[in-house]
Amino acid sequence: GVHDSFSQLIQEQCHDLHDVIEMTPLDPEEESRGQILTRNRPLRQEVTSERNLTELLVFQMTSRVWRLRCTSGRSRGAIISQYCNRTMQLRRRRQSRPSIQHFPRSARPSIRGYGVETDAAGFEEEENKRERLVNNLQNLSDSDRVRMLRAMPLSLSEKKELRHGWYSWLSFLSSLQLWQTALKCVGGRFGTGVLSYFIFLRTLLFFNVFMFLVTGLLLVVPQAIAHPDLDQNITVRSTWGLEVLTGAGYFSHSLLYYGYYSNKPLQTGHSCSASSNKTSSSCGLSYNMPLIYFFTIGAAFFITCIILVYTMSKSFGQSFRIDKSKGLLAIKVFSSWDFKVIKKSSVRLQRANISTQLKELVAEVNHQKLKFPVLQRLFRLSIHMLAWIMCLGSTLACVLAVYYFSEYMHGEASLLAIPVFVSSLNLLLPGFFNVVAWMEEYDSPSVLNYISISRNLLLKVSVLGVLCYHWLGRVATDPQSLGLECWESFVGQELYRFLLMDFIFMLLDTFFGEFLWRVFSQKALKRERKPVFDIARNVLELIYGQTLAWLGVLFSPLLPAVQIIKLLFLFYMKKVSLKMNCQASGKPWRACQMTTIFITLLCFPAFLGAAVCVTYTMWTIKPSASCGPFQGLKNMFQAGKRWFQELAAANPDLHWLPSAHAYLVENPLFLFLSAGIFLIVIYFHSQVVDGQRKIIELLQEQIENEGEDKKFLITRLQHIHERKRRVTPRRVKEAIIPDALHELMEPQKRPQQQL
Amino acid sequence: MGNKQTIFTDEQLDAYQDCTFFTRKEILRLHGRYHELAPHLVPMDYTNDPDVKVPLALIVNMPELKENPFRNRIVESFSEDGKGNLSFNDFVDMFSVLSEMAPRELKAIYAFKIYDFNVDNYICKEDLEKTLNRLTKEELTPEEVILVCEKAIEEADLDGDNKLSFADFENMISRAPDFLSTFHIRI
Repeated sequence: GVHDSFSQLIQEQCHDLHDVIEMTPLDPEEESRGQILTRNRPLRQEVTSERNLTELLVFQMTSRVWRLRCTSGRSRGAIISQYCNRTMQLRRRRQSRPSIQHFPRSARPSIRGYGVETDAAGFEEEENKRERLVNNLQNLSDSDRVRMLRAMPLSLSEKKELRHGWYSWLSFLSSLQLWQTALKCVGGRFGTGVLSYFIFLRTLLFFNVFMFLVTGLLLVVPQAIAHPDLDQNITVRSTWGLEVLTGAGYFSHSLLYYGYYSNKPLQTGHSCSASSNKTSSSCGLSYNMPLIYFFTIGAAFFITCIILVYTMSKSFGQSFRIDKSKGLLAIKVFSSWDFKVIKKSSVRLQRANISTQLKELVAEVNHQKLKFPVLQRLFRLSIHMLAWIMCLGSTLACVLAVYYFSEYMHGEASLLAIPVFVSSLNLLLPGFFNVVAWMEEYDSPSVLNYISISRNLLLKVSVLGVLCYHWLGRVATDPQSLGLECWESFVGQELYRFLLMDFIFMLLDTFFGEFLWRVFSQKALKRERKPVFDIARNVLELIYGQTLAWLGVLFSPLLPAVQIIKLLFLFYMKKVSLKMNCQASGKPWRACQMTTIFITLLCFPAFLGAAVCVTYTMWTIKPSASCGPFQGLKNMFQAGKRWFQELAAANPDLHWLPSAHAYLVENPLFLFLSAGIFLIVIYFHSQVVDGQRKIIELLQEQIENEGEDKKFLITRLQHIHERKRRVTPRRVKEAIIPDALHELMEPQKRPQQQL
Repeated sequence: MGNKQTIFTDEQLDAYQDCTFFTRKEILRLHGRYHELAPHLVPMDYTNDPDVKVPLALIVNMPELKENPFRNRIVESFSEDGKGNLSFNDFVDMFSVLSEMAPRELKAIYAFKIYDFNVDNYICKEDLEKTLNRLTKEELTPEEVILVCEKAIEEADLDGDNKLSFADFENMISRAPDFLSTFHIRI
C-alpha cells in the first residue's frame, strides 16, 4: 500500500533531480534554520549537502501529498493553474457561449513569492496557463465567471488584469441593502447573537412582502377594480377606533376578508350577458375569481415552501459538521473573536467571555470530571423531573383554559377577550419557564438554551393547536350555532385580532420587560449591569406571529400587509429599546447553529402546521353558502375540478382532463405513492451523508499516517546518509540518492548491509 | 442610472464589481471612507489610477478596526509590501474578503495569513501565543497560555510537525461553523 506509492514517488523524483541543471547558491542562514519553505526562494536551487537534498526531496514529496489542499503556500503560477483546471471542469459541466474576444498578450506578471511550489511548470508555462485560464473564464457564463473571479485568492490588481474588458451585470439579490447601517450598529455593539434576531426579522419581512405581492396583484387588485357583489348588506358603523382593533364592523365587508371576494368570474366592460357565468365570457376580460383564489393561495404556499427549504438547507450546510467535534480548543482560539464588534465596552466583554470559555476548556483538560455522589445525582434528577412536570402541567392548564374559554365566550364583548387571554399567556408563561430553569441550575448555557426553547415551543404549539381546532373543528363545521353568516370572514377577523394583540403585547413587553426592568434593577436593586436581550424568546415570538399570518392568508388576503407593517414597527422599536435598555450578553451564543435551528423551527412546526391547516380547510371543510368565492361548492378544491370540467366541455380534445384529475389528484393511492417516493429519496440522501462521514474519517486517518511516514522517511534517509559518508568515498551526488532510496525500499533483501 | 460621478470611469467600476463582492454604490462609498482617512493624500479623481498608499497608522484608526486586537496584522496581510500601506485596491480587497459574501475558502486563506505573525507560512507556537495574548490580553496566566497553545497545536496538527500548515488550519476551520459569521467586518 503505502510503500508502493512512495517508491513510485521516489522514482519520479529521481527523474526530476536528474533534470535539474541550473543551480543557484543557497543562503547559509536559511540552511541553518532548517526551514523547508521560505519566502522569495528561487525556483531552482543548488544542492550543496545531503541534508538539503533530503529536505528538497521530502519537500517535493510533501508538496505532492498536500497539493490538493494547499492554496496559500503557493506561487501565483500554481494558483492560476489550479483555477485553470477548475474553470475547465466548470466549462465542461455547463453549456458555454463561444468566445468572441481575443485576449491580447499582457506583460509578464511578477511572482509575489508566496512560497515555492515545485510545479514542473516554469515561467513560460505559467503564462500559457494564464492565457488558458482567461480563455476558460471567458467561456463560462457571466455568473460563474464572476463567482470564480471573486473567490480567487489573488490581489485585486491581478484580478483586474485578468478581467480585461468583460461585461458585468450585477445580481439583484446582492444589492438588497435594507437596514444595512442599522444592522451594522447593532452588530458592532451587541455581537452576532443579537444581530441574528434582526436578520431573522428581515428575512420574515421578505417572506411577507412576497406573499403580499402575490395575493395583492392576483386577488386584491382585480377585486378592487371590479364591482363588489351587490347583495351584501353593509352593517352600521360603530366607533372607528375599536374597529381597527377588532377588525369587525366596517372592515368585515371590505377587501380585508374572504367574504368580499366574488364567486362569479369578474367582468370588465358592460353589457355582458348575466347568465354566462359558467362559460368564459366573450366580452371584455373574464377573471375567474374562485379558480384564481384557489391557485394563488396554493402557489404562494408552494413557492414559500421551496424558498424556506432552500434557506434551511443552505443554513444547515454552513453549520452542520458531519465529523465528530474534536479540536474545540483550536477552533475556539481561531474563530471565536467576533470581528464585527466595534464598541469598546463590548470588546472588553467579548474578551472576558472568550477567556472564560478558554479557561473552562483548559480546566476540563486538566482535571477529571467530577463524579457526583449517587445521592446528589438523584437529587438533581428529581429537581429536573419536578421542573418538567411544572412546565408541562402549566402548559396543559393553559391549553384547557383556552379550550373552555373559547367554547363559552361569545358575543361582542368577547371578541377581544380571547386574543388578550392568549397573548398574556404567551407573555407570562415563558417568564415562568425562565424562573424554573434558573431554579434548576444548568451547568452548560447551551443546554439551558435548548431546554428553554423547547418548553416555549411546546407551549406555543399547543395553544395554536387548540385554537385551530376551535376554528376549523367548531366554528367551521357548525357556523349556525354562533349565528355566523360567513365563517371564513369571522376566522379571518379572529386571526387579524390575534396578530394585532400579539403586536400590542410585544410593545408592552418591550416597555415593561426591558425599560422598566432596567430602571428597576438600576435604581432599586442597584445593579450595574443592564438586562440582557433574550434572543430565543423574541425569535419564538416572531415565529408565532408568522404562523398566524400564514394561517390567515386563506381567510384574509391582506393579512401579509398587516404583518409587514407590524414587522417594520417592531424592528425600529426593538432597536431603540436595545440601545436604551440592554447590554451585550456575557454568555456564549453560537449564532450559526441557532440561526439554523430558528429557520428549521420556522419551516417545520410553523410553516408545515399552517400549510396542513390550509390544506385541510381546502380539502374537507364546506365553505359557507352565502359569501366568498367558493359559495355553493362542496369544498374549495371543487373550484379546480369545476374548471377542468368547464375546459373539457368547451374543448372536446381535452375530455380526458376531468377523468385524469379524478384518478390522479383525488385518488389517495397516488398521494401515498408520491409520499413513499419522497421518503425513499430522503433515506437515500441520509445514507449518502453517512457514507461521506465514514470517508472523512478514513481520509483523516490516512493523512495522519502519511505524516508519520514522512517523519520515518526523513530519519531513515539521514541515518543512511551518515552511514554512507562514513563508509564510502564521496561520489557524484545524483547517484547516491537513487541507491539510498532503493536500499530503503528493499530492506529485507540486503540485511547484511545493516551495520 | 443616478447622478454622474467623476471619481471612477465606468470601466473601473465594472472591474471592481467583477473582482470584489461590492456593488458600484458600495465601492463609491468605500472610496469616500478611504478619502476620509487621508484627505490631503487621496485624490478625489481616480480615473487615471493614481499610485497612492495610505499608511498603516491611519488605517488602523478606522472605527471598524480600532478595537480589533489583530488590526495591524489584518492590514499588513492585505498590503503589497507587507508593511501595511494600502492602496485603494488593497483597501477594497480587504473589505471584500471580510464581507459576508466572501466564501469560506477565501476567508480561510487570509485568516491564515493574519494569524501567521512571522510570515513563514506556518502558524508555529510563537504565532499561536501571540494570537492568544492579543485575544485575552491579561486574563489568562502564562501557564494557561502555554497549555492552551500546546493543546491547540496538538488538536489541529495532522502531519505531526508541531506547527500548523495551511492545510491543517483549513481543515480545522472547516469544522468551525461560526467562522463565517465571526470573520466578518461590516463597512
